Amino acid sequence: MEIIVNKDKCTGCRVCVDVCPVGAITLDNDGKAQIDERCSFCRLCVKECPENAIEIVGEEKKKSETDLNQYKGIWFFAEQKHGKLSHVSFELCGISLKLAETLKEEVCGVIFGSKCDEMAQELFNRGANKVYVVEDESLDEFRQDIYVCLMTELIKKYKPNIVLASATMIGRSFIPQTAARLKTGLTADCTDLAIDPDTKLLQQIRPTYGGNLMAKIVCENHRPQMATIRPKAVEEAKPTGNNSGIIVKDNFASFNATCRVDLISKEAVEQTIDLQEAEIIVSGGRGLGDGKNFEMIRKLAELIGGAVGASRAAVDSGWIPYPHQVGQTGKTVKPKIYIACGISGAIQHLAGMSTSDYIIAINKDPDAPIFKVANLGIVGDIFEVIPKLIQKLESKR
Amino acid sequence: MKYIVCLKQVPDTMDVKVDPVTKRIVREGVPSILNPYDYYALEEGLRLKERFGGTTVAITMGPPQAEAVLKEAISLGADEAYLLSDRAFAGSDTLATSYTLAQAIRKIGEFSIILCGREAMDGSTGQVGPELAEHLEIPVITYVSKIINVTENDMECVRLLEDHYETLKSPLPAVITVIKEINEPRLPSLKGMLRAKKTQIPVWTKQDIGGNDLQYGQDGSPTKVVEIWRPEIKKEGKIIKGEPDELAEAIYQELKKLGAA
Repeated sequence: MEIIVNKDKCTGCRVCVDVCPVGAITLDNDGKAQIDERCSFCRLCVKECPENAIEIVGEEKKKSETDLNQYKGIWFFAEQKHGKLSHVSFELCGISLKLAETLKEEVCGVIFGSKCDEMAQELFNRGANKVYVVEDESLDEFRQDIYVCLMTELIKKYKPNIVLASATMIGRSFIPQTAARLKTGLTADCTDLAIDPDTKLLQQIRPTYGGNLMAKIVCENHRPQMATIRPKAVEEAKPTGNNSGIIVKDNFASFNATCRVDLISKEAVEQTIDLQEAEIIVSGGRGLGDGKNFEMIRKLAELIGGAVGASRAAVDSGWIPYPHQVGQTGKTVKPKIYIACGISGAIQHLAGMSTSDYIIAINKDPDAPIFKVANLGIVGDIFEVIPKLIQKLESKR
Repeated sequence: MKYIVCLKQVPDTMDVKVDPVTKRIVREGVPSILNPYDYYALEEGLRLKERFGGTTVAITMGPPQAEAVLKEAISLGADEAYLLSDRAFAGSDTLATSYTLAQAIRKIGEFSIILCGREAMDGSTGQVGPELAEHLEIPVITYVSKIINVTENDMECVRLLEDHYETLKSPLPAVITVIKEINEPRLPSLKGMLRAKKTQIPVWTKQDIGGNDLQYGQDGSPTKVVEIWRPEIKKEGKIIKGEPDELAEAIYQELKKLGAA
């Protein structure tokens, strides 16, 4: 399969150059379009070319002759911490149930760890039909090689149609290796999923190009269809009161799983801020001008019971550590109240917070893009407005 | 010992502008840069050489102009660099990209550690590192924040995992992906820049690295982009201008309504 430009038809109008999301098209010395290896075959240029000069030639070679119909069920990897399921597991359960409405296939959780029965009950309560369990005390600890081995073998044995995991550090570490071992496709960091009503394919939707564009991705000829989902991007499944379902247990010893890497010691991260669990976030950006001005942000956050967030610009300037970063390359958050202080609202930041319930933005520049997502936009100087606000909060509480 | 650093050239997406009329991204003038996270991988590759001896090799897959990031790597101190460039690589998803890198690394020969940035700034998948390890059948450690020691046979390092750090010992060869806190990247030296200017960077095509035709490019990519669009920003809120005190009062009243004050 190849993408070609018909040089006789090409007028050098540059429409394709502008439309290409990956910048793979340039004009050659004759002023005609040429497409380089960055091309992702998204076909936007084919659609947009006013001269119909770009076409895709040759058939896609299919290397898998396996019967795709034997793959059934929507699986999600339920992450746990100290024997308790984490919230992201319920998010995955929620999106899986949504997919099942169209796909009409079973929703199944996968749990590695000890005390799995309790956790399985919790998933049944959230609407899962079945839970695959591999139980061993050692599995409470994330070990890359072991998790890859278990996941791969379970998938080979039970043949699910879809496998989802959260795009946490754990999910982003072992799921890609699992996908590569299975030689199937994996889409990272999806913010939404859907089932194509006609083809029944999983449509994987994610921000790309630094959050400037959204892409819809499918995995047509390989199974399972795998994706990691951004934490806080989808709704959690609600408790249903139901507590019955099928638990399928595989004996840990039967996998013969070994880990090449030894764990020597563990140490908690000093400052634990859980931005994603916070109901109120006060974030500071480039407008603060200096790291010491984060004191004002901290003060405000403290007064209203919020956590402190930051834009990439503030983190890159070394004003505040990375765990505070909100955005495409930081955390995605969805608090009840998000207060953006001196943040212009680069798309990279908006990608991480624009779905917050209520957004207050304070910025000097009335044209700052942050105002496009704000419920309450305050055009003013943060150094004047915030101290006044702090005063009010202090005096009236 | 050989340290191989995988680099990616990306568009500088941080300053992307949108044409107000056509709503298209204005590509003109958006510079291509080395993926910011890759500077940390490269720096660590150079420090490994300085601490434990050996050579540092930079590789990238991309169009001919991606040579620029390899020149940059040389100017910073990399000993060798290879550009993987072939129209046949077009349409590669992370599986095909990692396969291509793995093939090139096999051709480079014996190595101790492969270093990658935690993810690329454009696609932000972070998948190539772990997938590369799988193709080469070697261990991978993601989110590495510190390398404690390296010997002929193994490596001791610290990695971040959500809310804690783990100290791990891995046999070599292995793949690591690194996070920002691992180091502070250096600036190029004048001598380095001169050397980069003189260095001819070998270009390897599919033919040079061999392997299975069906695992390259679009054919070797299970995932396919079927649609791309610009995200809509919809919220229509109210915007207030005025004296600082009025503004603070407006926020205060709103916070009160929301139950936060």
